[in-house]
Amino acid sequence: DTQEEETITPERAEEVKLKAKYPNLGQKPGRSDFLMKRLQKGQKYFDSGDYNMAKAKMKNKQLPSAGPDKNLVTGDHIPTPQDLPQRKSSLVTSKLAG
Amino acid sequence: FLGAGGGNDIQWCFSQVKGAVDDDVAEADIISTVEFNHSGELLATGDKGGRVVIFQQEQENKTQSHSRGEYNVYSTFQSHEPEFDYLKSLEIEEKINKIRWLPQKNAAQFLLSTNDKTIKLWKISERDKRPEGYNLKEEDGRYRDPTTVTTLRVPVFRPMDLMVEASPRRIFANAHTYHINSISINSDYETYLSADDLRINLWHLEITDRSFNIVDIKPANMEELTEVITAAEFHPNSCNTFVYSSSKGTIRLCDMRASALCDRHSKLFEEPEDPSNRSFFSEIISSISDVKFSHSGRYMMTRDYLSVKIWDLNMENRPVETYQVHEYLRSKLCSLYENDCIFDKFECCWNGSDRQIIFHRTVTFFLPSLCSIVMTGSYNNFFRMFDRNTKRDITLEASRENNKPRTVLKPRKVCASGKRKKDEISVDSLDFNKKILHTAWHPKENIIAVATTNNLYIFQDKMN
Repeated sequence: DTQEEETITPERAEEVKLKAKYPNLGQKPGRSDFLMKRLQKGQKYFDSGDYNMAKAKMKNKQLPSAGPDKNLVTGDHIPTPQDLPQRKSSLVTSKLAG
Repeated sequence: FLGAGGGNDIQWCFSQVKGAVDDDVAEADIISTVEFNHSGELLATGDKGGRVVIFQQEQENKTQSHSRGEYNVYSTFQSHEPEFDYLKSLEIEEKINKIRWLPQKNAAQFLLSTNDKTIKLWKISERDKRPEGYNLKEEDGRYRDPTTVTTLRVPVFRPMDLMVEASPRRIFANAHTYHINSISINSDYETYLSADDLRINLWHLEITDRSFNIVDIKPANMEELTEVITAAEFHPNSCNTFVYSSSKGTIRLCDMRASALCDRHSKLFEEPEDPSNRSFFSEIISSISDVKFSHSGRYMMTRDYLSVKIWDLNMENRPVETYQVHEYLRSKLCSLYENDCIFDKFECCWNGSDRQIIFHRTVTFFLPSLCSIVMTGSYNNFFRMFDRNTKRDITLEASRENNKPRTVLKPRKVCASGKRKKDEISVDSLDFNKKILHTAWHPKENIIAVATTNNLYIFQDKMN
């Protein structure tokens, strides 16, 4: 119905498009998803238990079998200080000064 | 063309471009802030790699009256380094979020630079003499055998090649749990504020081991968080007044005389929303990314995703003027949300405070400007200017293709829909990776600095 289309604002039309792609969007109670993401910028989790397990694994290849799930590995996916990309500061001079 | 009043149209010409030519942009080279000092003689940039580069305008050559002095590199230093807070499992970026200059008090220059967590006061000083003729040391620094010293002389200062040194004089750390988005120096030139997502702190420039919390909007229960602080600035004249903007499009003005903790605003600036226009995007695009007082302090300007608004401090219920920066993006919000561009934080700035009128190259009058022009960036390396008096606006492009000095920049036009005219560019052809987030206007002259992703452009008013 062309009359209905005329009354939809461009913004609303974009919203319909977005909801069509992501039907679960905006359904969580706290509308602060963006805000929480903004506040948590830079968060990289480190678990000292997992870190030590991974360190122990490197020293001693044989781990005591933990049970049926022998292939379950902990400490591999959580970053350890060594795994973190080397955040060295830029030793190179800025190209603006070149 | 844009009129600056009185038939004095500003015609912008390319002056200089700094930075690498190649398209492959290193992360560290992304420019994150641009700021002129109070005289306009110095221009500072900060980047994602934590480096500051300062340019100095060369002295005006009286015979070269067809252009104002060029900006050349004066000093460059590493301001911040990447850190990892092991206690909080937090990676702290070295990116310089803001630079603010202090007014010059003596021979040295001072600026504040900040990353997400730490503010630093830098002293930039010149050394053009060095002492020579020590009794106990050779010229290269080696100590002489004291038994060979038979006469005494007084060391003297001799000229040397100019050396510009930057040294950190104060480090203001450990006062922000969240990420610092703004710093603003008070008109008392003794204190300054720093704002993060939820709190604003007041510092004294001489004191680094403590700061006062003046705004705290952190809810007791973080699940109830609905709003964050996006920018803050001190009033240019009233040392007790500051404003802060929010992600919901409001601005709060606070008076520090009212109470120690300014949780209750003195004024709340908010434009009423038309409920029929509300959509999923409404709040996101209303988030204010920058707030700037006019030089007189009577007005303030805010930038949200699609517009620039001018507010009269005496009127809280709506802005006095609204300028559309790129309204054609309203029908592209879905894809702009998907590629995160909808969260881009554009800044805005006023024209300089003094307007020069030159008669016959011999007599110069300075007229106080009425803060009549505002400038802000957009996509495709376009930037926009709005003349508040004539209500005219212009779109210009920062591109190496417009490289000829003293050639007036050609205005650009975006075709929103329908048939595209010659020389127009359609919305779908815009490059959303080419964002101009940071621009600055010389405090006294018609010189502007425009930052693309990794290049700094300087444009000047065409002088006749």
